[in-house]
Amino acid sequence: MATLVLALGLLAIGGVFCLLAARRAALARWVGGLTALGSGILAMVCGSEVLRGQATPTLSLPWPMPGAALSLQIDGLSAFFVLVIGLISALAALYGVAYLRPYQGHRNLGFVWFFFHLLVAAMLVVVTSRNAVLFLVAWEVMALASFFLVMFEHEHGEVVRAGWIYLVATHVGTAFLLALFVLLGKAGRSMDFADFRIPTTGPAGATMFLLAVIGFGTKAGFVPLHVWLPEAHPAAPSFVSAVMSGVMIKTGIYGLLRVMTWAGPQGTLPPLWWGQVLVGIGAVSGILGVLFALTQHDLKRLLAYHSVENIGIITLGLGLGVVGLATGNALMATLGLCGGLLHVLNHAVFKGLLFLGAGSVLHATGTRQIEHLGGLLKRMPFTGGTFLVASAAISGLPPLNGFVSEFLIYVAAFTAIVHGGQPGVGAAVVGSLALIGGLAAACFTKAFGIVFLGEARTPAVAKAHEGPLAMLIPMVVLAGLCVGLGLAGPWVVQWVMPAVRPLMPGPLVPPLAETGQCLVSISSMALALLAMVLGLAALRWRLLAGRSVDQAVTWDCGYAAPTPRMQYTASSFAQPIVGMFRSILRPHAGLQRPEGLWPSHASLHVHTDDVFTQSGYRPVLQSAGRLAGRLRWLQQGRNQMYVLYIAITVLVLLLWKLGVPS
Amino acid sequence: MTVYAAIHVTLALTLAPLLLGLINRIKAVFAGRHGPPLLQPYYDLIKLLGKGGVYSRTTTWVFRAGPLVTLAGLLVAIVLVPLGGIEALVAFPGDLLLFAYILGLGRFFTVLAALDTGSAFEGMGASREVQFSALAEPAMLLGLGALAVLARSTSLTELYGRVQVSAIAGPAGPAMILVATALFIVLLTENARIPIDDPNTHLELTMIHEVMVLDHGGVDLAFIQYGSSLKMWVLATLVTGLIVPVRTGRPGWDLAVGIVGQFVVAALVGVVESAMARLRLVRVPQLLTAASILAVVALILVVR
Repeated sequence: MATLVLALGLLAIGGVFCLLAARRAALARWVGGLTALGSGILAMVCGSEVLRGQATPTLSLPWPMPGAALSLQIDGLSAFFVLVIGLISALAALYGVAYLRPYQGHRNLGFVWFFFHLLVAAMLVVVTSRNAVLFLVAWEVMALASFFLVMFEHEHGEVVRAGWIYLVATHVGTAFLLALFVLLGKAGRSMDFADFRIPTTGPAGATMFLLAVIGFGTKAGFVPLHVWLPEAHPAAPSFVSAVMSGVMIKTGIYGLLRVMTWAGPQGTLPPLWWGQVLVGIGAVSGILGVLFALTQHDLKRLLAYHSVENIGIITLGLGLGVVGLATGNALMATLGLCGGLLHVLNHAVFKGLLFLGAGSVLHATGTRQIEHLGGLLKRMPFTGGTFLVASAAISGLPPLNGFVSEFLIYVAAFTAIVHGGQPGVGAAVVGSLALIGGLAAACFTKAFGIVFLGEARTPAVAKAHEGPLAMLIPMVVLAGLCVGLGLAGPWVVQWVMPAVRPLMPGPLVPPLAETGQCLVSISSMALALLAMVLGLAALRWRLLAGRSVDQAVTWDCGYAAPTPRMQYTASSFAQPIVGMFRSILRPHAGLQRPEGLWPSHASLHVHTDDVFTQSGYRPVLQSAGRLAGRLRWLQQGRNQMYVLYIAITVLVLLLWKLGVPS
Repeated sequence: MTVYAAIHVTLALTLAPLLLGLINRIKAVFAGRHGPPLLQPYYDLIKLLGKGGVYSRTTTWVFRAGPLVTLAGLLVAIVLVPLGGIEALVAFPGDLLLFAYILGLGRFFTVLAALDTGSAFEGMGASREVQFSALAEPAMLLGLGALAVLARSTSLTELYGRVQVSAIAGPAGPAMILVATALFIVLLTENARIPIDDPNTHLELTMIHEVMVLDHGGVDLAFIQYGSSLKMWVLATLVTGLIVPVRTGRPGWDLAVGIVGQFVVAALVGVVESAMARLRLVRVPQLLTAASILAVVALILVVR
């Protein structure tokens, strides 16, 4: 616990120092980055200590506020999230030091670091808090700090729009959480988590669970509550996007898991339908997330939609875990929860890396438009190489980390089909995971292939160059983790197990030995694969030695002067799949045909809006706006009238109080 | 038994190109031609292995890594598949997932190598490849899932080891036939055969797999072609294990039956290829969705 307090203290000191030293921009930039790096490392130490040991450190201080207490506790589940938060925020902070350099002088970097520190500290408190008031305060601080970070480049119209969408969405989510905690507090007569119980039968429990799903799901980005993600993540500075997408949205997952531990009287298993709801949400979020990602032209928007997809995969795992708990199948429960939680870590690693890579591309070329990029692997070998590793990892390919967590979820699903008596749930998970995997591979071959391979599509991109060392180190570390976590699967699972334990009722001792053996086999096959690649490379080198190896132009059916404009575009690459799902995605195209005998101009724009924003929220919000407009006559700007309103309100309340016998 | 598994791997490595030779011979017979010699794929490989290299100036190391990763993935995949009653060299619960995803890794790199050339043709092929494989993957995993229910296991060796003639005749028979059909469609897709793709066309606009490897030559092309024949072999084992449900209990006989079964599947591919035209590209997703539906129906039948 001391380490966590130290980390929080360092964040507070660093944040305030940056605010005060904002005039000395270079100093603020370095101090801000290094204190965040230091506290991130401290948080990692704290998390891994708890995961290794058996103790659950607790801190409880009185707080003079009704129902509130400053109580923190780090059990396995909290420790796991503390570890992930520490890891990503530390690396993102180091990256931020270099990333913010071009903004120095015309931007208050002290503010940026202050809010970054506040965000990290709030996330750490959210995942360790054991009191609802403290939790909600930290939750709100987290939302506001990230709102200010999203508004970093507030002179751009779309950034402001994104910021507002985020602010509204996060508060709608918080409203549901407020209702949830009021209900829980009323039932338990206390605002301490220890007293919270959600009945597993009856409408009260169902209401609480659904409130939690909506409230936490808004933060996590469940479809259709995801609409803020693709707006806010691209708008934020890239290292902040990495933290927001890598870890901040996972606090929603944490919240849901914490809610699971409150099911019923102590030791009651969550009901089956909770798991089925989660599996349904996971499948929908996963498939729609990746489909919308495929249609995007903006690299960071594409990555944001992939966060929706991966939250879907995580939820599929957790849903299977809950189904396993409810049906008393310990193996399925352990595998599902373990796979879901491991995917939390894995997604943080590769999505953090992808956002940092996108930031480097933006830094070097000034654009996020995929269609304008190309050929960057030659100019930015480290960014390109690490982006490739992350792309393969997010597509769930062996020997990287994404495969290990998806493997666990798959095995849980097959267990549900074969032994668990839940073939419907299992088959839904297998089918949707397979489809998601294939579509994710399509999307990332597009993202990596169009951005980093081929020829530069615009002159500015042809002049791109690799970023400074402080930006490269975090990316290389994360790429190393993608490989390391992939090869060390059997050991990594041992680290995740303590995080699963708070979710498992006592007697279910997880029989994971067999799965551990499978992971050992997978790791050895992965090593064999790597050895085979090296062997074949050596064979080819040996064969080609002494023969002529020439360079030539790409074969285009005899055409000798291809230009970069002739390359296939990202939109064309995705078009067949987008066309296949056009009834869901509803892409619209603006086509100007070539006309006349000497056509001079023709153009085609294809654009896909988020169907939930367009057909769901926008009409509702617009009619709400119109209705609100009808009430505008109330607001006349005359103080006397406002005093009258207040008097009338007080009178009505008094009458109501008289009318209602207490 | 492991000895026979090792013999299977050795035979697969040596006989795989012969499958392609057989398919081409059958197509020639149907067309009333003489056709190339059965051993032509071997001659091609030897010729290509003796050549130098020409690389596009646009390409990077990704282009050169593509054939290596694809072939390495298939060399790993070949130790993961059982041949009928002959167990796989490496078997563990869940190995069917590693098998599916290793094929995915090879595809990922083939697609990237195609995009690395900056050629619009290869981009087109890559785009179709990812579309069709995304649809083929659920069909394969759900089909294998149905077999997993029958065998109560998730290891390919056990999935196929328990298939019996009596099982096909029994209540699980219809499900097995559905799975075999679904897996056969997956085999045709993954190996770029008619009716999904035409390995012989010379019109780049209509090709899928062949156009992706248009810029590869020499040793790289040899690796790719050898990889293609291995891919035919490993996916054919998934079908052979079902349509030749003979498990004598004597590994020598099982192996011989399995090898014959592989060539029967290849002959079937040749017949389909001779008797059908390539589907229009917009029809292919419907065929693949149908394969997934067959797999789901099989799954429903076995858990019922």
